Amino acid sequence: MLPLVLAIATSAAAAEPPPGATLCSGCHPPSASVETKVPPLRGRDPAEIVAAMQAFRSGERLSTVMGRLAKGFSDDETRAIAAWLAAQP
Amino acid sequence: MIRSTRRAFLSGGTAAVTIALMPAPALAQAKARIVVLGGGFAGATCARTLRRADPRFEVTLVEPNPIFTACPFSNAVIAGLRDIEAQCFGYDAIRADGIAVVPQQAAVINAQARRVMLGDGSALDYDRLVLAPGIAIRWDALPGYDGAAAAVMPHAWLAGDQTLLLRRQLEAMPDGGTVVISAPANPFRCPPGPYERASLIAYYLKKAKPRSKLIILDAKDNFSKQRLFQNAWQQLYPELIEWVSLSNGGKVVSVDAKTRTLVTDFATYKADVANVIPPQRAAGIAQLAGVADSTGWCPIEPVTFEARLQPNIHVIGDAAIAGAMPKSAFAANAQAKVCAAAVATLLHGESPSPPKLINTCYSLVAPDYGISIAGVYRPAGGQFADVEGAGGVSPIDAPPDFRALEAAYAEAWFRTITAESFG
Repeated sequence: MLPLVLAIATSAAAAEPPPGATLCSGCHPPSASVETKVPPLRGRDPAEIVAAMQAFRSGERLSTVMGRLAKGFSDDETRAIAAWLAAQP
Repeated sequence: MIRSTRRAFLSGGTAAVTIALMPAPALAQAKARIVVLGGGFAGATCARTLRRADPRFEVTLVEPNPIFTACPFSNAVIAGLRDIEAQCFGYDAIRADGIAVVPQQAAVINAQARRVMLGDGSALDYDRLVLAPGIAIRWDALPGYDGAAAAVMPHAWLAGDQTLLLRRQLEAMPDGGTVVISAPANPFRCPPGPYERASLIAYYLKKAKPRSKLIILDAKDNFSKQRLFQNAWQQLYPELIEWVSLSNGGKVVSVDAKTRTLVTDFATYKADVANVIPPQRAAGIAQLAGVADSTGWCPIEPVTFEARLQPNIHVIGDAAIAGAMPKSAFAANAQAKVCAAAVATLLHGESPSPPKLINTCYSLVAPDYGISIAGVYRPAGGQFADVEGAGGVSPIDAPPDFRALEAAYAEAWFRTITAESFG
């Protein structure tokens, strides 16, 4: 009988994404591979995403659906989402 | 509990150790088996997200059809604006992700033994089961409307042959004909769908058969994006579309396929083309698993999407009762990603955090005229509730370039979400 050989499972499992973070990709493409005017978000500067979301929320930046969605997320939630998106390959 | 390890596995760069026992439940569940039943927007997305969450997960997607035919944008196919091929997606990319795609129908689900028996007699054991069965037509709900009647009065609410049948009937209809659409009471798949369909059929009639008329017989007094639709109908299709609400006698109580008539409590409507969108329920797999309640839909716990009626089974997409969330492809894809993250967390022996979900749903009133509804949701009182102050519909007074932009975003959304689910 062989002993069980196992890898240490410390980093293999990714941490849980922050609330809402994985849902941006419903409209935002992972890369420029999809034909759309909606910009990819992965790897973007988090400060830029947070500032854009604040401007959408306040109405300072005009939008179709983004303003309606931005209003559902606090600054803290938005920062967590932006940090997660920035870390995506 | 120790499951036999068929092979040792190493994750890149980490040291291998030899141990006699697995003390942590997280390790015990690491090489977990997850079976996903149903390969639509919810099931395909969930299988892929699980596989990416932890490459040690053994993910199996069970779907009898080799090709998925998407419902969003199928109304454009009905109106002759789009080919059905643009709606069709295969599973090769999902297989290439390392997911076993099994072209079988589930025959028996044993929640206690955590085993799915397939139509060919084979069995799949699971640690977690995800059901994404979509909808089925309730053939018992509308007198006169059965499978044979649907061949004459198509529902076209499951995309494919039914979509093309309705299109052919519209093409064959003489100018001056009457199209009747019957819309069901809530809940049903794609709440704005009947009204988008009416709009695009009206667009076709206005161009090709301008003396024709379209009547919507509705079992409701209100519908999704109602002001936007009615406003657009007045602008684009005056006198062409007539909407008969529940209060005005719009609820269809029986149909007769032989004479193509739809009967309400107050009147009988003779149609040249009849599109009967009947009452629906969660598809058969949900009944098989015992996760659907007396409404025909599946109650879930909103943090994990675990079925309230069976352990270790999760339900996502149109089949689930998701509170304020509509039964849309966007919602199905969103629920799939959140459910996959929760299942991964559970299998790693941890507790998932409360999620936030979103929905965005576009409708076309004409090819260059789009309208939208959006929402943000959180678990509250055991259900998904609207996050107050967020969401809502397109402005009622938006200029034409705004409508054109939303129409373009609608098509872009379809390309993006189908790439994420199937591409």
